[in-house]
Amino acid sequence: MSVLVFTESLTGKIKKSALEAISYGYQVAQQQGTSCIALTIGQAEGADDLGKYGVDKVLQVSQVNGFDSQVYANIISQVAQQVGATLVVFSHSSSGKSIAGRVAVRLDAGLVSAATTLLNGDTVNKNLFSGKGIATYSISTAVKIVTISANTFPPKEVSGNSVAPEAASANIPTAKIRVKETTTVEGIVPLPEADLVVSAGRGMKGPENWGMVEDLAAILGATTACSRPVADIHWRPHHEHVGQTGVAIKPTLYIAIGISGAIQHLAGVNQSKTIVVINKDPEAPFFKAADYGIVGDLFDVVPKLTAAIKSFKANN
Amino acid sequence: MKILVCVSQTPDTTSKIQFANGNTELDKAGIQFIMNPYDEWYALVRALELKEANAGSTVTLLHVGAAANEPTIRKGLAIGADDAIRVDAEATSSYFVAKQIAANAQGFDVVFFGKETIDYNGSEVPAMVAELLDLPFVSYGSKMSTSGNVATIERDIEGGKETVEVDFPFVLSCAKGMAEQRIPNMQGIMMSKRKPVKVVPAVAVNNTVAIKTYSLPPVKAGVKMISPDNVEELVKLLHNEAKVL
Ligand SMILES: Cc1cc2nc3c(=O)[nH]c(=O)nc-3n(C[C@H](O)[C@H](O)[C@H](O)COP(=O)(O)OP(=O)(O)OC[C@H]3O[C@@H](n4cnc5c(N)ncnc54)[C@H](O)[C@@H]3O)c2cc1C
Ligand SMILES: Nc1ncnc2c1ncn2[C@@H]1O[C@H](COP(=O)(O)O)[C@@H](O)[C@H]1O
Repeated sequence: MSVLVFTESLTGKIKKSALEAISYGYQVAQQQGTSCIALTIGQAEGADDLGKYGVDKVLQVSQVNGFDSQVYANIISQVAQQVGATLVVFSHSSSGKSIAGRVAVRLDAGLVSAATTLLNGDTVNKNLFSGKGIATYSISTAVKIVTISANTFPPKEVSGNSVAPEAASANIPTAKIRVKETTTVEGIVPLPEADLVVSAGRGMKGPENWGMVEDLAAILGATTACSRPVADIHWRPHHEHVGQTGVAIKPTLYIAIGISGAIQHLAGVNQSKTIVVINKDPEAPFFKAADYGIVGDLFDVVPKLTAAIKSFKANN
Repeated sequence: MKILVCVSQTPDTTSKIQFANGNTELDKAGIQFIMNPYDEWYALVRALELKEANAGSTVTLLHVGAAANEPTIRKGLAIGADDAIRVDAEATSSYFVAKQIAANAQGFDVVFFGKETIDYNGSEVPAMVAELLDLPFVSYGSKMSTSGNVATIERDIEGGKETVEVDFPFVLSCAKGMAEQRIPNMQGIMMSKRKPVKVVPAVAVNNTVAIKTYSLPPVKAGVKMISPDNVEELVKLLHNEAKVL
């Protein structure tokens, strides 16, 4: 018996969400009294450090280039069988979501995606209806699969052990998907993984005013986001659009500036731990979903807030 | 080209969510059901564009759900699909749905999905179907062009994009950007009434997961208002109380 964690990389580096998956797998393995095994596929910078997060073993299949869910699912299923995995853990990320369903079919395993609690026996929780409900699932199969909700299980360093990665033996099928190009925005934490997010809406009046949003984000080390109309009218790039039709996020801090808080916007952000709303309209619906609110003109409040955080950071 | 589009229906986002029967099921009273937006706006419309670019093609809808869901299928036909298959069963789990889709998806050149349903937010069904059909799967597509037997697709990844090439047949899930929403016109609505909907029985499936209970999320403590002239207070609260700074 063991817990197998698919430890994913993006452009060759192990992702933060993969460390969250390992912490999840480690905690379940501890509870079950079994071992936690990490599997990396392709180039995986950072694999040497995984021992810190509690894994007992790191297996690698490095001779794979480019992402093809069919190839990955095949390899992961082989390794899961070799190590007698009773639980396979994935991040709820673009690749994790693309593979988990395939592995579930291959291993006859029950799958629950975007889990928000540790697997306890055969039960696990997840959020439904964009956070408006919670379901407790039971998984009735011998092998269980979960993908875990992002920013929910913080990576924890639990040991000083170093674990040397070993090559796993697996047949590698031929890819049918040919990856031509992978581009990621450099130097910023991608929105789904961001801990801190500063987001702005139509209240900004125009793209030329975004400097103050970026200043606030910079002093916080936050990622910037926006409401849908702002992306639709090209004030901001599409990948910043959060909400029901955009990216769903779950940061520890979400600062919403000049956003009214329409239900479709809230659907993608209402699971943030702490929500701060800055809006000149005291009736803006967003205040009902907020933890802290400021009624005021954003052009006045935002630069003041940036300055206050700057001086807080200088003194702490 | 034979094109299949899998469509689901979900509560409208603005619905108030409550549970019934000792928290074991969704309380459907007062809920307005709609076609899942990703299926309607992106998967179906891009499928229709593909049909329009390839003379002699057909677009078939596939829905797993009870007879009460017919309006969702009719809407898809009104937007432009040629015909539909309805598997006559409650969709009890992703795996159940995937098995029904796979049983009816033979012989198509491409199977379109939305990227996820907005109710159970699973993003599980398309990958399962791809595996059951032993086909390549391109997820979260936001742009597609085709040339002969090859499709070039841009897909969303965390903080970026990936461009891939794949040969037909394949399974595709669609995200924002793939197409622009189409509103059914009067002629489409009239024609949809005469388009064939084939009703087929479900294949037997052993469910691998089940929902034991539902609950509502804890209510927020309520918003703390801070004066715009005292942003320092907000910084203090974020540090001491929320502990996010
Ligand atoms: C099916 C569907 C899906 C959708 N999906 C999404 C989605 O994924 N994401 C999304 O964001 N939206 C989505 N929407 C749109 C959504 O309903 C709202 O229209 C949108 O979120 C509004 O954006 P906004 O808050 O930026 O703009 P507005 O609603 O115009 O609000 C601007 C706010 O700024 C405030 N303001 C103006 N000037 C100032 C100032 N000087 N100082 C302080 N405050 C100021 C105003 O009081 C107002 O509250 C969707 C809609 C539909 C129908
Ligand atoms: N009951 C259903 N009938 C047909 N297609 C479905 C059904 N449920 C889900 N799908 C398809 O699978 C996609 C992903 O659903 P999910 O895995 O539930 O998030 C949806 O966008 C639909 O294209």
